[in-house]
Amino acid sequence: MHTPPSALLATRGLDKQFAAPVLRGVDFTLNRGEIHALMGSNGAGKSTLCNIIAGIHQPSGGSLLLEGGRYQPASIRDAEAAGVRMVMQELNLFPNLSIAENLCFRQLGNRAGIINRHTLRARAREALARLQLDDLDPDLPVAALGVGKQQLVEIARVLAQPVKLLILDEPTAALTDPQIDQLFLQLDALRQSGVGVIYISHRMSEIQRVADRVSVLRDGVLVATETARDLDIDRLVHLMAGPAMVHVPATGATPRPSGAKSRPPPGAVALRLEAFGRRGAFSDINLELHRGEVLGIGGLIGAGRTELLRALFGADSADSGWLRLPADGFSHRHRFRSPRQAIAAGIGLVVEDRKGQGLLLDKSIAMNISLGKLPQLHNGLGVVDDTAITRNCEQLCDTLEVKRDSLAQAVNQLSGGNQQKVLIARWLLQDLDIVLFDEPGRGVDARAKLRIQQLIRELAARGKAVVVVSSETEELLALSDRVIVLSNGRLAGEFDANTVTEEDLLAASFRYYSQGQQGRRPAVETSP
Amino acid sequence: MSRTILPAIRLPWNSLGLVAVLLILVLFFSSQSEYFFSGVTFRTLANQIPTLTVIAVGTTFVLLIAGIDLSVGSVMALCAAVMGVLMTDADWPLFAAIAASLLTGLACGAASGFVSARWAIPSFVVTLGMLEMARGGAYLVTDSQTRYLGAAVGRIGEPLAGLGVSPALLAALAVVALAQFVLVRTVFGRYMIAIGSNEEAARLSGLHTVRWKALVFALAGLLAALGGVFQLGYLQTADPNAGIGLELSAIAAVVIGGTSLSGGRGSVINSFLGVLIIAVMQTGLAQLGISEPGKRIITGAVIVAAVLFDQYREPLARRLSRWRPDAGAEQ
Repeated sequence: MHTPPSALLATRGLDKQFAAPVLRGVDFTLNRGEIHALMGSNGAGKSTLCNIIAGIHQPSGGSLLLEGGRYQPASIRDAEAAGVRMVMQELNLFPNLSIAENLCFRQLGNRAGIINRHTLRARAREALARLQLDDLDPDLPVAALGVGKQQLVEIARVLAQPVKLLILDEPTAALTDPQIDQLFLQLDALRQSGVGVIYISHRMSEIQRVADRVSVLRDGVLVATETARDLDIDRLVHLMAGPAMVHVPATGATPRPSGAKSRPPPGAVALRLEAFGRRGAFSDINLELHRGEVLGIGGLIGAGRTELLRALFGADSADSGWLRLPADGFSHRHRFRSPRQAIAAGIGLVVEDRKGQGLLLDKSIAMNISLGKLPQLHNGLGVVDDTAITRNCEQLCDTLEVKRDSLAQAVNQLSGGNQQKVLIARWLLQDLDIVLFDEPGRGVDARAKLRIQQLIRELAARGKAVVVVSSETEELLALSDRVIVLSNGRLAGEFDANTVTEEDLLAASFRYYSQGQQGRRPAVETSP
Repeated sequence: MSRTILPAIRLPWNSLGLVAVLLILVLFFSSQSEYFFSGVTFRTLANQIPTLTVIAVGTTFVLLIAGIDLSVGSVMALCAAVMGVLMTDADWPLFAAIAASLLTGLACGAASGFVSARWAIPSFVVTLGMLEMARGGAYLVTDSQTRYLGAAVGRIGEPLAGLGVSPALLAALAVVALAQFVLVRTVFGRYMIAIGSNEEAARLSGLHTVRWKALVFALAGLLAALGGVFQLGYLQTADPNAGIGLELSAIAAVVIGGTSLSGGRGSVINSFLGVLIIAVMQTGLAQLGISEPGKRIITGAVIVAAVLFDQYREPLARRLSRWRPDAGAEQ
């Protein structure tokens, strides 16, 4: 492939494989003085590509060229030495140190390790001025700033070092409009000085404003690179979704009641959400769950899906709206303040972060499964009925095909798929009416995933109301009867899973990230 | 059966290790001092251990839920002071005074536990505050005077006719047995392990974590009060300066017994063995004529050695248990 003389960075046939291939033969070119946007749906490979360029991951195949020379960064340090820097979505700041100390962290003191506050402050002012942040007091601790300002300080920190290539991953998610203007002015200045910028964003309006070219990734393949000016959202969604196809129930392995089109009429309402919201996460969600139905929730990562499930379950409480339940004839307004209350009302949640928030990793399978059910598994005086626990757990583990030595085996010795099954078994044992699944297929091998999908369908067939959040469109469509899409914290569409196309879902996912229909900005910004 | 469900509870060989250490200590001191293996030594031990034993039981539970309780020494002094003052100044009968003392301990523990759990303040800080408050309370109720109670409480610590052991020792052993049962066989025990192992997972499973954590601290306070009753029976005086540093002895005994400071793992029986090891060492070293400073230096070194051993025993045991085909192969 010919590399133009203005090319700053070029990748050639870049491959990356984790468990499955995530990048396939990517030829990507970034010019000097160019802002190049990278777009794609969840898991398309944007982050992986950037992580390879920034030295965090190493490619499985293919090569990279920087300014025409071979570029093989083995670490972030290597990449930085070559002038390649990335601003991550997660902030990399020390909250209790001052802005100045954060900005100059690599060279805080002189050779003896003594810090000179005057020079430190002067260097910090210089770095801040570059982003028109002159009004910030460099002595202020970073923790005193709002998230938006912190994000700008992070960018200033990166730009305080010499940069040839800058990668920005969703830099505007926490910024207010004037802050975005400031950032774009700076990006313009970088462009003038010949720096190349890779810009990941979901926000079409921003990309049209700031980017020169747009590259679209789909399933690890770079499908198109086009001039940003000529691109509209329809064309973009079309590129991200791929060739139009009506969804065929995936692999035929998930037993749907009867073929594609004839879905049984939904059962009675199991839960109703009214104007449900949580500040900074999602707002104004109106929704009904039905018995015997799997409701899928799609949307981009960060759209508020996990937050919605957690609020439903009382793990974090909602702060506006309420939910209504059939138990009291929908007459009362509920808002759960703890998972305990939600469970008492018949709602369970299989969490996304199963190691951090789901399992007791060093404890036995039996202990993990029985944990929530113990109040019913004792003799009345609080003495645990281990016989009943063993019987129940053996039965569940057999049903779910949990591969195990014995029930006494610690769950950290199990594979990801078996761990997920154990976590699901905890909720099956409780036999609740409504079960919420957050990314049930994440970190799970293909066979376990299939079994889990079957199980989710079986739950619905037994009359439960099931909700599934998934970032994999295929899984979402295979599992669901009905799909809703969250976009920037708002309900952006509701579809029949049998007739919806991937393109419909993507268009809805991006809906409230576009200008003019500005969704609720995360209200984490505290200072104006 | 319970062992198949809960591998977290020490396998017997872990207890056996501690028993072995204990036997080696007894043999060593017996060979070095002709007075060690005698009725006098064992009577002294039997008198000394009940207090530390019950306090170590409470500390085991607190460490199990990944907390710490620094206040038990002061709370014990306060509860003993309450009991002493009620019996001398107010002429309360023994059992009423014991009840008042136990309630005081329960209230202190419940207060620390509730504040710490409800507002998510580290228990280290809250119980440090309680340590000061309870000590102040002990001075306040006694007017900073030591109360002499005499024979009125003596029978708690005196050997029962025919049995040769005191009610205090019997009660302490009963507490150990009951607490071990609670830990291994009851819902409350499982909840403590779950909270100590992963508190957020426990909360998301529907546990009322605040309530259970507060209950654990309340129990630790109650057991501190019981320790105070035993000490009153042994010394027959209520001293507002009693129990200074006792919380650290209790933590040492529990840690020697292999309970993890990061929570989720522990055993009451092993804590009791830890108490015995410390007590035997103290008595034996004294009989060898080793000075108080020397005793403390040796005891300190033994605590660190025990924890070191425990740290490296775990990965070793896991490697041994995994050394089987298939087990954990998918990891």
